[in-house]
Amino acid sequence: MLDQIRDLYQEVVFDHNRNPRNFRVIDDATRKIDGFNPLCGDRITLYLKLRDGVIEDVSFQGQGCAISTASASIMTEVVRGLTEQQAHELFATFHRITTGQDDDVKLEDLGKLAVLAGVRAYPARVKCATLAWHSLEAALADEATTVSTE
Amino acid sequence: MSIALAQRPRPVADPHHFDVARIRADFPILAETIHGKPLVYLDNAATTHKPRAVIDAISEVYQRHYSNVHRGVHTLSQRSTDLFEGAREKVRGFINAAKAREIVFVRGTTEAINLVAQTYGRANIGAGDEILITAMEHHSNIVPWQMLCAQTGATLQVVPIDRRGELDMEAFERLLNDRTRLVSVVHMSNALGTVNPIETIIDRAHRRGIPVMVDGAQSAPHMPIDVHALDCDFFAFSGHKLYGPSGIGVLYGKEALLKAMPPYQGGGDMIRQVTFDKTEYNELPYKFEAGTPAIADAIALGTAIDYLQEIGMTAVAEHEHRLLSYATERAMHIPGLTVIGTAHDKGAILSFTLERVHPHDVGTLLDQLGIAIRAGHHCAMPVMDFFGVPATVRASFALYNTAQEVDALMDGIQQVIEVFA
Repeated sequence: MLDQIRDLYQEVVFDHNRNPRNFRVIDDATRKIDGFNPLCGDRITLYLKLRDGVIEDVSFQGQGCAISTASASIMTEVVRGLTEQQAHELFATFHRITTGQDDDVKLEDLGKLAVLAGVRAYPARVKCATLAWHSLEAALADEATTVSTE
Repeated sequence: MSIALAQRPRPVADPHHFDVARIRADFPILAETIHGKPLVYLDNAATTHKPRAVIDAISEVYQRHYSNVHRGVHTLSQRSTDLFEGAREKVRGFINAAKAREIVFVRGTTEAINLVAQTYGRANIGAGDEILITAMEHHSNIVPWQMLCAQTGATLQVVPIDRRGELDMEAFERLLNDRTRLVSVVHMSNALGTVNPIETIIDRAHRRGIPVMVDGAQSAPHMPIDVHALDCDFFAFSGHKLYGPSGIGVLYGKEALLKAMPPYQGGGDMIRQVTFDKTEYNELPYKFEAGTPAIADAIALGTAIDYLQEIGMTAVAEHEHRLLSYATERAMHIPGLTVIGTAHDKGAILSFTLERVHPHDVGTLLDQLGIAIRAGHHCAMPVMDFFGVPATVRASFALYNTAQEVDALMDGIQQVIEVFA
């Protein structure tokens, strides 16, 4: 009955939801930011350790739906080791695939992020998938306040 | 009244039998399919669907009778005015107010509460005074008072709730004091379903001479309302939750209070005479109805009230209670499901959480099965904080829902649990 929704809820999403990666506090984080989606109450705290413009470590804590948890978990895996500029460009790409403005993006080049492309068919859930990424953008910009998806 | 909308004969209802199939046939949208499945609409606390009579009424007003009200000498203006004032009279009868001039048309419950806060509140509440609300209020019965407090230096006091989602009535009595200037309380909680003992609340407040505002957004669609018997000072509800159009709602206020209150907004229709030196305000209720109102929507709200009166609000309440009891019983047998809001006196709202599945995911998956529920904080974040949850799943029932739809919901929840297992 619910098979048709597997484009959104892929096994990888369930796996990251059940066992989120990097779900921890970084004690010596250089940036820490709270993200909030007022629509559904999802909250995330993102920890970032930057050294010489490179994301040396990244982690998160919080509570949210399967889509936001999996997206945060996958994000922490793919941005570690990137420069701030590379992370910023990846955010821009991710934003485009989740909103369907991705004619020039090849899904196979996206690696792990591709599993979240299905969210574009569910406009009400796009903010779930992008909460962690908006938090990352704000952390890189060193904004000290809570970021909101609204 | 010289004008009425066309009568569409319906078969006479059997007073001893709540014929839900017959009612469903009156609601065109219930024939819709969603993702190939029949629509199971269980988001009625957010808004209700409209019977054909309401949809037709809007269409008929615009096709045959429409013009501005209280303005022209021409026929259409007179017809619209008669229909508009006829709707006001229907609202008066529906809640048993003494006079039609105690019925103020507003956009909805939210505007009604803001109106009272900014008129009655600004005129009667000052620094050091207290406004008493409860911990289960919708944001629309919190924020207008916070704004008033910021403007006046008054403070907001909050009656706590317990784990069942019932008011702590001992705390309520303790919180009532010589500084309390107004009690504003929700009749039925949109997040928990709790029906509050407003008779007792009004009695205790009145013993101290304190007026009471009742937020009836959820109660008016689901139970008989008698503002005369309640003796409440203000009562507010929304048309769109009452099978009527959106953008129209009602503020009831006791005549003596409304008379003494300053106007809300300035403009046309709320004045008697304007010069550049001074303005004389119109009589009730027009003093509070500046500008062209939602004419067709108010008239169609009258049609929705006719529709409900024919079925009878007691019959509606009984039907919805049967659905709630059945849904609650089935929900209790689902492992990992926790009902949020288990008050003794409840309206037809089932709010719950599932272990390991976030409400937002439940909402998306159930939608695939054609089932519309609300997932979120229900504009009652303090309630969510109290229960320690970010959000709940909420199924809310209306007169057109059936036991089969409860079954569809429960089967759908089982499928969601399996997908997330």
